[in-house]
Amino acid sequence: MANNDNIEIKKLTAKDFATDQDVRWCPGCGDYSILAQVQRSFPDIGIPKEKITWISGIGCSSRFPYYMNTFGMHGIHGRAAAIATGLKIARPDLSVWVATGDGDMLSIGGNHFIHTCRKNVDLKILLFNNRIYGLTKGQYSPTSEKGKVTKSTPYGSVDYPFNPATLALGAEATFVARTIDREPKHMQEMIKRAADHKGTAFIEIFQNCNIFNDGAFSLLTEKDTKEDHLLYLEHDKPMIFGKEKNKGIKIEGFTPKIIDLNDGKHSVDDVLVHDEFDHSAARTFMLAHLSDNPEMPTPIGIFRQIFKPTYNEGIEEQIKRITEKKGKGDLEKVLFSGNTWEVN
Amino acid sequence: MTQVNGKKVEQISEVTVMFAGDSGDGMQLTGTQFSDTTAIVGNDLSTLPDYPAEIRAPAGTLYGVSGFQLHFSSKDVHTPGDSPDVLVAMNPAALKVNLRNLKPSAVIIVNSDAFDPKNLKTARYESNPLEDDTLTGHKVFQVPITSLTINALKDTSLSTKEIQRSKNFFALGLMYWLFNRPLEPTLKWIESKFSKTPQFIDANTKALKAGYYFGEQTELFTTRYTVEPAELPKGIYRNVSGNEAISLGFVAASELCGLPLFLGSYPITPASEILHFLSGYKNFGVKTFQAEDEIAGITSAIGASFGGSLAITTTSGPGMALKTEAMGLAVMTELPLVIINIQRGGPSTGLPTKTEQADLFQAIYGRNGEAPIPVIAASTPIDCFYTAIEAVKIALKYMTPVILLSDGYIANGSEPWRVPRVSELPTFKKEFYTDAETFQPYMRDENLSRPWAVPGTPGLEHRIGGLEKAHITGNVSYDPDNHDFMVRMRANKVKKVQQDIPALEIDGDKEGELLVLGWGGTYGAITEAVELARNNGLKVSQTHLKYLNPLPQNTEQVLRGFKKILIPELNMGQLARVLRGEFLIEVESFTKIKGLPFKSSEIFNKISELLGGSNGK
Repeated sequence: MANNDNIEIKKLTAKDFATDQDVRWCPGCGDYSILAQVQRSFPDIGIPKEKITWISGIGCSSRFPYYMNTFGMHGIHGRAAAIATGLKIARPDLSVWVATGDGDMLSIGGNHFIHTCRKNVDLKILLFNNRIYGLTKGQYSPTSEKGKVTKSTPYGSVDYPFNPATLALGAEATFVARTIDREPKHMQEMIKRAADHKGTAFIEIFQNCNIFNDGAFSLLTEKDTKEDHLLYLEHDKPMIFGKEKNKGIKIEGFTPKIIDLNDGKHSVDDVLVHDEFDHSAARTFMLAHLSDNPEMPTPIGIFRQIFKPTYNEGIEEQIKRITEKKGKGDLEKVLFSGNTWEVN
Repeated sequence: MTQVNGKKVEQISEVTVMFAGDSGDGMQLTGTQFSDTTAIVGNDLSTLPDYPAEIRAPAGTLYGVSGFQLHFSSKDVHTPGDSPDVLVAMNPAALKVNLRNLKPSAVIIVNSDAFDPKNLKTARYESNPLEDDTLTGHKVFQVPITSLTINALKDTSLSTKEIQRSKNFFALGLMYWLFNRPLEPTLKWIESKFSKTPQFIDANTKALKAGYYFGEQTELFTTRYTVEPAELPKGIYRNVSGNEAISLGFVAASELCGLPLFLGSYPITPASEILHFLSGYKNFGVKTFQAEDEIAGITSAIGASFGGSLAITTTSGPGMALKTEAMGLAVMTELPLVIINIQRGGPSTGLPTKTEQADLFQAIYGRNGEAPIPVIAASTPIDCFYTAIEAVKIALKYMTPVILLSDGYIANGSEPWRVPRVSELPTFKKEFYTDAETFQPYMRDENLSRPWAVPGTPGLEHRIGGLEKAHITGNVSYDPDNHDFMVRMRANKVKKVQQDIPALEIDGDKEGELLVLGWGGTYGAITEAVELARNNGLKVSQTHLKYLNPLPQNTEQVLRGFKKILIPELNMGQLARVLRGEFLIEVESFTKIKGLPFKSSEIFNKISELLGGSNGK
């Protein structure tokens, strides 16, 4: 007789999350790293494969579900968040993930994005931000820098870009983070933290498109520039960066300033300490906006994690409450309700 | 004719009443109350609310007139009536708008207080129609409804403005007296409606009774009317509008198939009511999602369908246009979904509160690529209930989106419904696929339907999407032969739905000179016109299409039995074109695009003309 105590649930590996489909991104694309980090993180997250669903829109990033051995739907352009919202409402037991890009989620799908954040639907959204349209072969995107020269803007783009993190914060997303395709460990940590979050978890991933926008994030990824331009946000830690670990972010009034910790005038006590759980919008916005200022470092990490009931929980709670109050629906009773009369 | 309290009581078999006033006058409420009471006393009836797109258009204007037409009878009723016999006009604009549509020598009851110089000018009357010859030939009753209401409510604590808002109850009370209806149903309704504001219970009750007693006491009215109960099949009845019936239909379908109902929807006239109704059925586990836009309405429903819900989305024409791309996704992913289009006047924003049938092409053809979708249409308010269930049956059995067409006319119109027992309804439990050994996402059963494998089922992890799918495996495929195969497969699957469609039945001879063929909400007007034609000695057959794609198997055979086929439609002849294209058969298209339903007389005249007679004689 078998002893049930000896049965071990086999822990999944990254390979268990790979499908038999050939991955068809361009060689060297940052998407490969994202796929790898997701596949490496998911065994630790510990959700059974069949309970996970990936939903995407259209674009290079949106091919993602085909490469994940979970349930998945490759949707239509811009609508991933809306499809995922419907699925999550219908099936709150599932872990629902969205793979999307800057064009898919912030241009054609912008409306769904802000409303998903606002409602706090319990979705995990990975936005692959390469600041370009890849699948349509190189037009500027809503995150391209002003003046971007592309096929559709031969004389430079004249519009201003979105900062996805500030947009998500403005739309009241409860979990907002940023990471980079070339920071595998960091990305894995962000993915696991997002998985644990209840509510809309948004991760912007800087992703290099080596064909149409190569080097868009090189300041943040190349050895000689990275340390002076990248600021790792860590909870309860002072915001220090730089090759010599000598630069810090200080707040003066509402304005962030870079201070030199070796100038004899400042110490680590002057440096702003990161609080992921800070509810105050002002500080979080200030941090998310740092990357828009060329003088300032670009933060990666979790800008904010706050806790409030999710949209799907609200729906379940309401159904439960009304059902307790009215009793479980009786079809015949409903059909015969209202002003009725009998004909004999 | 009998005499009661010194008044003559005249028995009539049917009557059409129009309540009309400013859009803030409460005419829809008055009409609905009169309908409910009329149904309870046993008449058959049909109603047509007609209201402006503006919520409160400026007072007294012609475009601000809101009307509620009601046809009730001791016989079968199929339409809200061509022309009113009785008009209740709360102001000059209401009189002006409705005058040209009245029967000769109609009864007109006007609120004479409202015929002041300001209102007359706003209604563009150069002289007072109550004083000149405008109303010659009609029986006009001038009742100072406003001042009589103020007088009746002078002891209440309400302000004059609040008191004036009760004047519709005075008018209703007067009509109850005139047509010999009881006050109790409305008194009961007032009590429950205003339970939190007792001062309005008191005021509206007083106004209703004051109107009733005014009829009894005034010497103005010498005659009141009775309409005997109709001979309806035995059973329990309720009044139901098309939108209410369609909502109940989906709640019922959800119970019958054992799947939770999910509605993704964005508010739009005249479909919003379905969202309102369904959001009230939480204790049935119904989940309603008021989406950020039309596209999220349908795509959320597709997500819910992927998750194993009975998913539906509701809209009207412009919203339908926005949902088009997502319908293609539902075709490609072969997920069950019902898309409900309550048609209104188009194109663009068109006539939001008016009716039309001009979205048939859009429903059958309106997508990129070869994207066949079954299309079915409801024909009456009651039929909306059964058509909703039918749409769900098809969607689940064939794993396909289904388009259900209704229209503003049947959505807002109401009629008495013999409520069915649940045991009279079909059951059609749907099973999810669970066998990991045999599962392939695009394998097919005998109906060419693919398996529904929902997330959460171990071993059945798979990916679907809008890219072309390889037969059986469902992997992305750009293979030319596979695409050709899959396009034909999807077409054949939809064609297969024919096996479940009942043969088209003909009312009247199976062969002959003339067949009148309709679809959707024109059923009532056509039926009444055909009855009229037969009463005039004309030989005419009638049939009505519920299934528009695919068509019933015997459609061509039915059409070939007649020399002439008349197709009345509230569009430019869309069904006529579909049938010509399908069968290379000549048909006579009869069209009207006024935002209004057909009058039976219009169809009757056309029948007479085609049969070569002047009114068939």
